Order: sequence, then C-alpha cells, then structure tokens
Amino acid sequence: MADDILRIRTPIGIDYTWSSGPGSVVYMRGLENGKLIGRRCPDCELVYFPPRNGICPRCGVLLAAEVEVGPRGTITTFCVVNVPFLGQTIKIPYVAATILLDGADIGMQHLIQECEAADVRMGMRVEPVWKDKSEWTPSLENILYYKPTGEPDADFDVYARHL
Amino acid sequence: MRDVAIVAYIEGQNTSATTLSPVEMIVPVVHEVLKRANVQRSDIDFWCHGSCDYMTGQPFSFVSAVDALGAWPPIMESHVEMDGAWALYEAWVKIQTGEANTALVFGNGKSSAGDMNRALTLQLDPYVVAPLWPGFRSLEAMGARAAIDAGTVTERQMADVVSRSLRDAADNPNVLAYGYRDADELLDEPMTANPLRAHDCPAMADGVAAIIITTADRALEMCDRPAWIRGIDHRIDFQNLGLRDLSRSNSAALASFHAGVTKDKVDVAELHATYSHHEIILAQSMGIDRSTTRMMPSGGALVANPLMAAGLARFGQAARQIFKGNADRAVAHAAQGACLQQNIVAVLEGN
Ligand SMILES: [Zn+2]
Repeated sequence: MADDILRIRTPIGIDYTWSSGPGSVVYMRGLENGKLIGRRCPDCELVYFPPRNGICPRCGVLLAAEVEVGPRGTITTFCVVNVPFLGQTIKIPYVAATILLDGADIGMQHLIQECEAADVRMGMRVEPVWKDKSEWTPSLENILYYKPTGEPDADFDVYARHL
Repeated sequence: MRDVAIVAYIEGQNTSATTLSPVEMIVPVVHEVLKRANVQRSDIDFWCHGSCDYMTGQPFSFVSAVDALGAWPPIMESHVEMDGAWALYEAWVKIQTGEANTALVFGNGKSSAGDMNRALTLQLDPYVVAPLWPGFRSLEAMGARAAIDAGTVTERQMADVVSRSLRDAADNPNVLAYGYRDADELLDEPMTANPLRAHDCPAMADGVAAIIITTADRALEMCDRPAWIRGIDHRIDFQNLGLRDLSRSNSAALASFHAGVTKDKVDVAELHATYSHHEIILAQSMGIDRSTTRMMPSGGALVANPLMAAGLARFGQAARQIFKGNADRAVAHAAQGACLQQNIVAVLEGN
C-alpha cells in the first residue's frame, strides 16, 4: 500500500573524465619514476610541490621551471592522531606531519613512522620510504611514509615562515 | 543608481575536449581581459565567478579557481553555482551598493568532463523528476514539442535559426559547429529527439568567458566605447515542469520588461538560446522582433556552448557589438535550468 512507503532511495551517479592538466603532469610522471618534481613561479620564484594545478595562487600565473625537490625534508608542524575512526588503517597513536621538502617553498602532508609519536618534533629531519618499485603509479601514495633521518634538527629559521 | 558599463570581454578558445585543468583554462583569459581593459589586478576590487560542481564532479571545485586570480594580498571574491552571467549580476549589485567600483567576472566549464545531458538533470526537482534521469535533451525536446503544438514555433523556423547561426559561425573563429546548410537541407536530417534534430542542439564546448565592468568615472579610461548597462533583471519560473507552459517563458518576459527591452529599438540581440527553438520562444516572450533585430551575430550558443560561460559570452558578444559601433542598443540574455526556467536580461547602450 502506498501509505506504507516512508522513504525511497534515489541513487545518483555520473562518470567523469578528469584531466590533471599539463601543470600537474610533470609532478605525477615524476612520482611514477620515484622523483619529487615541483615547479617554480616565474614571478615570486616560490617552488610548489605539489604544483597545485600548475598555478601560483599568490601571483595568479602559470608555474614554469620544473624543480626536483627533496627527497629529504623538515617537519614544520605535526599532529598526533589518538582518535580511532571508521576506516582507519594505521595503528594509533600515529603522526601526520607537514613536511617542508628541501628546495620546496610549501609544506606537504605525510605520515611519520618508524619512531615513537612522542619523539616527533618540529625541525626533525625526515626521508621517504617508498613502496616497492613494481607498485609505483603516478601518485604520492608511492611513498608509504616518512621516517627520521637521524640528522641534527633543522634550525628554526629554516622553516619559521612556513608555520 | 550608479552607471555601470561593460568595458572588456575575452573568451578562451572553445574546444571539444581540453586536457587543461579548469584553473589552467582560466588563467590566460583573466590575464587577457585585464590587458584588454589596460588595468592591473590591483584595479579590480571585486571578483565574481560562475561554474558548476556537478560538471567537474568535485565538491567546492570553484575554490581552486581562486588560484587563477592571484589572491595575495587578499581579494574580495564570490562565486555563483550558475552561468557567469549571474556572477555579472552579483558584481553589478556589488557596484550599486558602493562596495566595489570595478569587477572582473568570469564563467568557465568543461563540458567534456562528463555526460552533461545527465549532469544537467541534477538541476531538477530531486524527489520526483531527477531520479527518472529524463536527460536534458529530452526535456528540451518536450519544450520544443509544446511550442510546435501551441503553434508558436515551426520546424521551418527552427531550421532557419540553425541555418543563420551556421552562416554567422563562419565569421567566428571560436565555434565548434561548421558548414553552412540551408533550411531545406537541415529539414532533411533525421530527428534525434523528436522534434529536435542533431543541429537543433548545441555544440558542447569547454571554455571560459571573462568580462570587466566598471563605473562611469573609469569606464572611458578602459574602453573607447563602453557598453552601458541601462537595465538588468533576472527572474525564475517554477521548477515543476508540469506547472509551466513550456511554449513560452514567463520569466524571460518579466526580466525583459523590467530590464526595459521594449522601450526602444533593439539593434542586436545575443540570446542564450542553446536549442534552436529557444530563440523563437525567447524573442516572442521578450518582445524582440527578429525581423528588425540582428540576432546572435556571433552564431550564438548553438555553435559553441561552453556551459557556465556561454551565457556570460552572450553579454560579452553583445557588448562587442557596442564596442565596435555596430550597435547603439543591444540586448544580452542568459538562461539556466530546464526549458528556459531562469532568465537574466540586460539592455546595453553605447551612449
Ligand atoms: Zn608566484
């Protein structure tokens, strides 16, 4: 009986073709080959990794020169995740950090592993741990996580303007 | 009211499927329109953008478009989930309030990113119409059928509109439909969505349009012959298709009346008629005499339809006719929604 109908499900779905655009292609091809490639803004000369759609958002211009950055970097800030949530794949507590790769001017987000969460600190030097080469795709997921290099911490001045 | 004029218009290259990201498409067009008005980014005190997340398949996709503007130092900007023509309206209101003097308005869309016939269906009532996935072309065919049955539109008139649009397209390097054919040849083609034939439907495109509007004290510095916005209005019909007479557009008629279209002669009209019968319905509803007004000299949205930019492009193309001195009084129009549900109309004058 119609009176019994309390709700209906009307799922929607559309397929999309997404093109990353030439500005991001070098970044993705780089990852596919185990390289971290950013791009430099021709106006303000900042190096973006990832190259954000190939645009410098400060200047509103297309990014130009390709610049290899990292692979090592410095933790500028971080967060210890203690909260369990649906779909969590990593054992808590774990650390999500913003890492300023050497040669880049914006931080990127990644996981920190192979050290106690309590030992992670601003200025800590880290390096990537890659998946097996046979599994590489054009994605930042090729890097499993970052781990401490054991180098002395970076000076505060190095990352002060990225906080 | 403050006098406001369109002083510059640029459209990006319309393509059938670009590999650029939406932001990469916008950047050069923004640069060009600034150059055209001979102004710097810092001269723009309001930015307004029209686009549609359902086209990109990405929520808040418009936020990344701000990257294209160079938002440092901070800028005042806004976005409408509509064709860029509605962004122009918001910018015009902003200038009327005195909060801004010069605005850059743009609209962009990548029609090739998905099945737009399906994506546009999501504009419909989400409970009882959209779940049927009627497809936009079918709805427009229904509108055309209603108009033909009401005797306000004929298939011959529709073919004439297409034929003229294809002829005008030959003079416009930025179109995606080519090859002049006369009405008889067009009527020999089979119907693809009765009563529509393939050529009655728009040539879908990926594209960008950008316009700069400003106040009287600066307009003449930016443009030799600004296109003054003498009237502008937008109106909306019911969303429920069953409550509407699809053979006409009440909201287009109201918007046209309030914009003052019929107060004087109309030299040129750029109507956002994405299907051939739209032009006839719109002209009738808006009080435009198609025998004395030059209709869509650009070829119109039939020959290049970059969604979310095509309406703003009508404003730009109408303004161009004023810039060039081809017209003293032009009507610009944009539509959104199914069967001409939402309409914005402006009267542009050279003096
Ligand atoms: Zn820059």
